Amino acid sequence: MTADLDETARERTPWGRIARDGLWDNNVVLAQMLALCPLLAVTGTATNGLGLGLASLVVMLASGLLVSSLRGLITPQVRIPVFVLIIATLVTLVDLAMNAWLHDLHKVLGLFIPLIVTNCAILGRAESFASRNWVAPAVFDGLMMGVGFTLVLVTLGAVREVIGSGTLFADASLLLGEAMGFLETTLIPDYRGFLLMILPPGGFLALGFLLAGQRLLKRLPLPKRRAAIDSGPVAAP
Amino acid sequence: MSEDRGTSRTLSRMRPWVLPRLDRDGVGYQTLLLGGFALAASALLVVGNLLTKGPISKREAEDLRASLEQVIPAERHDNDLLANPLMIPRQSASQSPDSSPNSNRASSRHGDDRITVYRALEGLDVTAVAFETVGQGYAGPIRVLLGIGADGRILGARVLAHSETPGLGDKIEISRDDWITAFDGRDLTDPPPERWAVKKDGGVFDQFSGATITPRAVVAAIKSGLETFAAQRDALTASAVITVETSE
Repeated sequence: MTADLDETARERTPWGRIARDGLWDNNVVLAQMLALCPLLAVTGTATNGLGLGLASLVVMLASGLLVSSLRGLITPQVRIPVFVLIIATLVTLVDLAMNAWLHDLHKVLGLFIPLIVTNCAILGRAESFASRNWVAPAVFDGLMMGVGFTLVLVTLGAVREVIGSGTLFADASLLLGEAMGFLETTLIPDYRGFLLMILPPGGFLALGFLLAGQRLLKRLPLPKRRAAIDSGPVAAP
Repeated sequence: MSEDRGTSRTLSRMRPWVLPRLDRDGVGYQTLLLGGFALAASALLVVGNLLTKGPISKREAEDLRASLEQVIPAERHDNDLLANPLMIPRQSASQSPDSSPNSNRASSRHGDDRITVYRALEGLDVTAVAFETVGQGYAGPIRVLLGIGADGRILGARVLAHSETPGLGDKIEISRDDWITAFDGRDLTDPPPERWAVKKDGGVFDQFSGATITPRAVVAAIKSGLETFAAQRDALTASAVITVETSE
């Protein structure tokens, strides 16, 4: 970060800022409130959350790479259809490749991959970041946004799974291979389950608590910012 | 959102649009751009499809063979189960009055009026057949692979795909519960037709606490599969005529 100031813009890319944005400040779910459809649909277990998170991460990386390297060609008037085309093509290719060469993983994740197209967060990042930045920051932003999204998915999945069925990372060996089978734990033996948490309403409930918790955490160490937010709308006109 | 825009603006100032400026606002450029991208995307997809077609169909055949091996015991056949499948029309046994409306709806909604029947052969005699039957579950169709011996008894049934509620309806999967093995050895007379139902409906098969529709759909699917078999038994179990394959 203490690079020479007369270096090119590349050296002054605020990597830390991008990472902070992706993981926390401007997290896809927690701050941007995007990608809620796939989020609520698959987070019945932590394993499923992890699966969708990783698949989205790959697509976000690749779309960041493509959009930022092609940004000189793309004009603002037709950018949205072009981005959609790029993302849809990527997702389809990922789907085909996984089906062919990672077939066992595809059997578990296959259901989620088409859902990635509906993930407006990817289009959002293409539009607001990758199309305005050099390749490396765009890819890094894709990575950080993807990791942030994955973390939320896993957290939400874990909460719902523990409350809903008393297990954690059930079937993880199907997704990650036998070596990761140790992740599969039963936290509450002989638990009869709390079905609501596994069904979609449980997803909304858990997400609500997660968002409230994040807001709370954000506010605690920065009382000044809280004051700024509180007075914000008043000053608007 | 606003913080984010701030970051992006800073970054874009560092590295403005670099490529040479054509008449980028003209209709021609936009058309070419969009058309070019569409063409490139299609080309990529074609290449991707060509590259993955072989491996995918191989994997799917492996999956199908693995499922078939589960419903037809290996000692029942000496042929490749995937070889020479039969195509038969999907129809219930002469629309018998007791066949529940549920099962009829399920099979007609599936839309396919032909089903693929895989045959297990010993020499040229058909010892067992396996085919897919579909029931209308709580959250969508439930696809069941059914293996039936030449005597009309069920050798095994496995759920191939379903979208039932996790934790409730998914007990129909063999990996979660052995409920589905309750069908092994059954036929249309055991139990008698009116008892081919879940216990709640006066039948012999267990339902799950909290989920009745799912097992009901599986029972209906398997029953309709048995009826299909009974209606076309002669065609299905006729000695196989192998026309092309003379490998050994």
